[in-house]
Amino acid sequence: MKTAFYPGCVAKGGAPELYRSVRLVSEPLGITPVELMDAACTGAGVLTERNPLLADAINARTFAMAERSGLPIMTICSTCTGTMLECNLRLQDPAYRGRVNELLAPEGLEYRGTTEIRHLLWILVEEIGLERLGALVRRPLQGLRVAPFYGCYIVRPSNRVSADHPDRDHYLEAVIACLGATAVEYEGARKCCGFPITTMNRTNALRMTGKHVAEAKDQGADVMVTPCPLCHLELDGQQSEASGVLGRPLGLPVLHLPQLLGLALGFSAEQLGLRSHLVHVGDLVGK
Amino acid sequence: MDVPDYGTVLDALLAIREGVDETLTLRCSCRSHICGSCVMKINHRSALACKTKLQAAQERAGSGHPIVVQPAGNMPVIKDLVVDLEGLWSKVRAVDPYLQPTGPVPEREYIVSNEAMLNVREATACILCGACMSECTVLEVDDRFLGPAPLAKAWRFTEDPRDGADRARLEALSQPGGVWDCTHCFQCVEVCPKDVRPMDRILELRRRAMAEGFTDNNGSRHSQAFVDSIGSTGWLDETRVAMRSTAGLRELRGWVGVGWRSFVRGKVPLRHRPIPGAMHVRAIFQRAAANDPPRQVRRREQ
Repeated sequence: MKTAFYPGCVAKGGAPELYRSVRLVSEPLGITPVELMDAACTGAGVLTERNPLLADAINARTFAMAERSGLPIMTICSTCTGTMLECNLRLQDPAYRGRVNELLAPEGLEYRGTTEIRHLLWILVEEIGLERLGALVRRPLQGLRVAPFYGCYIVRPSNRVSADHPDRDHYLEAVIACLGATAVEYEGARKCCGFPITTMNRTNALRMTGKHVAEAKDQGADVMVTPCPLCHLELDGQQSEASGVLGRPLGLPVLHLPQLLGLALGFSAEQLGLRSHLVHVGDLVGK
Repeated sequence: MDVPDYGTVLDALLAIREGVDETLTLRCSCRSHICGSCVMKINHRSALACKTKLQAAQERAGSGHPIVVQPAGNMPVIKDLVVDLEGLWSKVRAVDPYLQPTGPVPEREYIVSNEAMLNVREATACILCGACMSECTVLEVDDRFLGPAPLAKAWRFTEDPRDGADRARLEALSQPGGVWDCTHCFQCVEVCPKDVRPMDRILELRRRAMAEGFTDNNGSRHSQAFVDSIGSTGWLDETRVAMRSTAGLRELRGWVGVGWRSFVRGKVPLRHRPIPGAMHVRAIFQRAAANDPPRQVRRREQ
């Protein structure tokens, strides 16, 4: 399937390994990602908080570009997804959309309200299907215990995110099982990682990070996987500091969703950039 | 137990108390989701027991699995399903939940327009049940956070045209433990039985506090750096935003370790190029600001 690919800022900035691994796994998955090279940041909720009209206009610009190509948007970030869904919902009101379109008009863009937003995780389950995904697995992740970590925006508010697909808050577990691994149940899988307040109240952010990682470890997880690079920045990037705040060693590797996919699809740790994480990733496929 | 499917979790708990274990302790009163007494965790999610149908709870638990009932979270348990709500009350008291009018006292009542009160109607629907406090991810790690319900209550007064203490309220709410400690996780929006949407109120309080000039905090600095980055290059210059979001060199020192480790692993981009259409994004910023200027001081109606 062809998609208008929206990588988001982190995949193009602080997590280049995410961008690389999405590009790698797209081909075997049958996804043709046509990158929206000129799309702006969604504003990650911060822009909406400051000026909703501005946030809606910046996102409508992206939606209009995808609409022009007739393709659904594929995201790889929970936060981008949720922010886009929120803006897109407001943009369904024709009168309001008209007001937003006035802001886009000088660039020759107009949004008609038809663009769909789909996270890669949703594409895996709803478009490709678990059966087909299972058939694509070259290296089943047998014995690997994986803790899913969703990211708030991809599960809440449920009336916006999963009204038509009530199981979306269990897709990660389904994908993990489909790749041959075992999903680990723990309390924090759908909670906040702490990243949004990392500069406002770092201690609290680290307490949250530490709590989730420790719980996952206590439940026997070998690795954590997330469809949100912002959660990754916190769970991987700040894990060492979280360990200090918590007063116990952690050391749980955190993978981006496409990296876990990539391992099962037969790509190597080097290809997937597993060595670029701040928490050391050992040999996961040898488990 | 003889509880029909269309009964509620509360009906079932009362039946248990009547017929199985008379020591089972829980709070309830109205049975009509008005009083807010029977908040608890049902299948690991905070809800009013009198508003949760047994059938829905069973579906959520999964067929063949028991419905799990636990006391509300983030509050000390007194007994069984009864928790100590003092934390909620003290935080509601801390936001001065009463009108503070200024100016001459009118001869009769204060007159406000219907439109002005419609704006606060949803927030005044709060029944202080504590579902949002029970589910708040910040309260889970820090008891000093005011929390969703008290902040929604504070919002309600800053929006009331009869109140004259906006600036003092917004200044107080900009302090640690206030609006900038919220993680924007939607848990309170998700579980509120009255659709108060506390998180949305918190975000609006942030916007208003910044517009009133209470910007000497990391939350405001982060917000401004974030918006500036998109407005200038079209996307996020993470390194710059992170550096601008801290209070100064002393605080920045705490980030050196992460920064260095990220740099070594090629996670700190050395150049941040604007997106090709950055000038169009800049133009949208200008037009949107002219179209919808941030609200400064709300005009009082009398």
